[in-house]
Amino acid sequence: MTIAQGPVREPVHQGPLKTPFYPRVEKLDIVNQWHEWKGYSSPDSLYCEDQEYFAIRNGTGVFDLSPMTKYRITGPDALDYLNRLVTRDMAKVRPGRVAYAVWCDDQGQVIDDGTIFHLRKGEYRLCCQERHFAWFQSSTIGFDVSVVHETEDVCGLAVQGPTSYSVLKTMGVEGLEELKPFGLIHVDFQGTELMVSRTGFTADLGYEIWIDPDKALNLWDALFAAGEDYKIRAIGTHALELARIEAGYLAPYTEFLPCDETVRTGRSRSPLELGLGWMVDFNKPNFNGRRALAEEQRNGSTWQLVKLDIEGNKPAHASYIFPTNKGKGSIGFVTSAAWSPVCKQNIALGTVKAPHGKPGDTVWVEVYYQREMHWNREMAKAIVVDKPFWFPPRRGATPPGIY
Amino acid sequence: MTDKFDAIVVGAGHNGLVCSALLAKAGKSVLVLEANEQVGGAAVTREFTEGYSVSACAHLLYQLQPEVRKELKLATRLASEDMTTIALGDDGKHVRLRTDSVDGVSDEDAEQYRSFRKRMTRFSNLLRRYFNKTPPRLGTSDFKDLMALAQLGLDVRMLGKAEMEALLRLIFMNIHDEVTERFENPLLKGAISLDAVLGTHLGPRSPNTILTYLYRLAGDNGRTGVPAGGMGSVSNDLARAARTAGATIRTGMPVKRIIIENGRAAGVETESGERFDSLMVISNADPKTTVMKLIGAKHAETGFARRISHLRAKGNAAKLHLALDGLPTIEGLSKKDFGERIVIAPDEHYVERAFNPAKYGESSPNPVIEITFPSFRDETLAPTGKHVMSAVVQYAPYGLKGGWNEEAKANFMKAILSTLAKYMPDLEQRITASELMTPADIESEFHMTGGHWHHAELTLDQFLFVRPVNGAEQYQLPIDGVYLCGAGAHPGGGVSGAAGRNAARAILNREKAA
Repeated sequence: MTIAQGPVREPVHQGPLKTPFYPRVEKLDIVNQWHEWKGYSSPDSLYCEDQEYFAIRNGTGVFDLSPMTKYRITGPDALDYLNRLVTRDMAKVRPGRVAYAVWCDDQGQVIDDGTIFHLRKGEYRLCCQERHFAWFQSSTIGFDVSVVHETEDVCGLAVQGPTSYSVLKTMGVEGLEELKPFGLIHVDFQGTELMVSRTGFTADLGYEIWIDPDKALNLWDALFAAGEDYKIRAIGTHALELARIEAGYLAPYTEFLPCDETVRTGRSRSPLELGLGWMVDFNKPNFNGRRALAEEQRNGSTWQLVKLDIEGNKPAHASYIFPTNKGKGSIGFVTSAAWSPVCKQNIALGTVKAPHGKPGDTVWVEVYYQREMHWNREMAKAIVVDKPFWFPPRRGATPPGIY
Repeated sequence: MTDKFDAIVVGAGHNGLVCSALLAKAGKSVLVLEANEQVGGAAVTREFTEGYSVSACAHLLYQLQPEVRKELKLATRLASEDMTTIALGDDGKHVRLRTDSVDGVSDEDAEQYRSFRKRMTRFSNLLRRYFNKTPPRLGTSDFKDLMALAQLGLDVRMLGKAEMEALLRLIFMNIHDEVTERFENPLLKGAISLDAVLGTHLGPRSPNTILTYLYRLAGDNGRTGVPAGGMGSVSNDLARAARTAGATIRTGMPVKRIIIENGRAAGVETESGERFDSLMVISNADPKTTVMKLIGAKHAETGFARRISHLRAKGNAAKLHLALDGLPTIEGLSKKDFGERIVIAPDEHYVERAFNPAKYGESSPNPVIEITFPSFRDETLAPTGKHVMSAVVQYAPYGLKGGWNEEAKANFMKAILSTLAKYMPDLEQRITASELMTPADIESEFHMTGGHWHHAELTLDQFLFVRPVNGAEQYQLPIDGVYLCGAGAHPGGGVSGAAGRNAARAILNREKAA
């Protein structure tokens, strides 16, 4: 008896994927704490969360953002397509510029947010934390546009912190002096195109650099060699998360649920409810959610995202928010909380029922904390602030300062 | 130079005409643009060969709503009315079905038929109440929507416990299970199965075929008739009513696109390049044509465009027209029986087997056929002594493998004629001319996506408050100023005028409320 020989198959990858930078990240990893991010292993922390955080604020933190979902959007209708997809006016985003954007379903509820890179005229890359191919593909109906999922074709590093400019300059990146926040340039790196954008998730001076996976390790090595004198450190998600809260940026599944993941009504959020009204351009005749958002604007929103400056030093994790210190009649809850080392403030992001949550309002949060096993409960006063907690002038200075 | 109207209706199908007549009666300036030279859409009478005319698509009138007749003062004369359905047996023993009785079957079957029809009538009467209403929207907190939904729940409850349970059980079921549970006579089972699946892409065992059966009864309890002069005379009467009310109807004016400016309707542009302005454009075209072709999906939101693009609208019914130099011989039929409705569906399995190949893109080798001889009672349709046969033949899938080329049509024609020959041995020698319209032909002549009678399959997921899709269930699309008034909107197809009338009323009510 002979056994039919089938075609030889590539072995199917088992377990979490490794990013192109994994061999280097792994070498620096001491604590061995990882989590899954869209199929990839991503480190919580590599050696010490606090030191990693301070690398962002005082030196340069390097974060492997290769698992970030990326879509390439091209074709004659690429601009029209994006303009229908997202709430802001993409016509204003010229080639060489990057835009933070949010996209909604027909009911004006947020699916996700992300950044759209106008790489070259009519050629875009959309980056976001989650996967949205089905929605983006459905959105092509009626448009001459191509949407390609290219997460695996491009890898990237966030290079964030006051010395990041010096590091990249030392590495040989030219033209950085002129690069303003939300700008991008293409430069040569060892014969391969390197895209450098002045973007990030930290509200600090910082860049994101993007390259072909084949050159990933060369890029890492060159970057760390250049950063030797500038306190460069690889960092994990926890440090970035703290910087993110200080910046007042939103995280999906934390500040909002992608609306296609919600089951109960009222559990999704509109951009107006997330403080992103400035990105909703009603001058555009049509975009997903326009009708619903116009109605919401007329009738008023249900929820309001708030940034809270809280008294004391105990982070208000998952706290209920109350109108008075009596702790009765909750008006919302905290979604992200932290003690900010750089601001020396007890900060939080939260969601409250409108009309609560106007800048300057006082609200109360119910803080629970544990001390030697025993739980303590405290009503802490919180002021609603409208500015990010951390937004240093060096973030926007062009040319950036040498630190 | 452009003209400005209060409303522009795209397509002068019977629903478009009803809608424009009612709007014009309410004092609106209405322009109707029809692509074809004749008004009526799929309700037209036309000559298919010299001297012989026929209702080119729809050929039986069984749903025209009394409300429409009354409000537009229609006086359409019927050549035949309350026709008997004769289910042909190959041995000359036929079964005759009327609305509440049946002949040619056992006493048990006759009794079962009475109780079956009694129940179906009760349910279809309930359905009819919603035929002529704008359906409520789901998931809103609008008072009117909630009241209408509560009313629907109450109406179902008021059937009584047993009948409510029966309705809730049956509405999702297939007709096959119901007929095999009740009847033994194969012809009776076949004829009822056929009624449930006519004009759909469904077989008797497909879920939802009780609903399609009820839909057929909802118009006028299943009573069928043929207007004198064919279906076109209904459309001509409607056009007359619309013109009398002040509407302008222009034929031979295909609309190329509905103009959307600043996110709302601004008018239409015709194929010839003429532009007509109006802030209200009402489309009698099917939802897919309206959104994907006339408006352009880019003017809609993603979710809505996706739902419309996923609408199921694949026709499966062909139309056969024969010019005959005399009536064929059918064993066991008297001459006057040629004025009735004759069906070939010898048993329920035969109907399902006819459907089987259609699932895989093939036409039926043994099709089911609904036959009328309209010239028998209407001599205007054929020269004296000669006759016209008009038949609906299933199944002829729109998406036939390899497409509907001449060869495919010839093969299907052969299958039809050999099926007919079993009952009418001398038919073939009486044929002097013929015309076979497949769903592809119906699509191109009547501009309906998929050549589907109902513009969108009549199934529970595309019915009532989700017809054609949610977001467009109340005739208005989620694009300001654009409305639907055709079969794709609630309640669905058939020459009822209900969709056109409901659309007009919804538009006028909306204005009143604003």
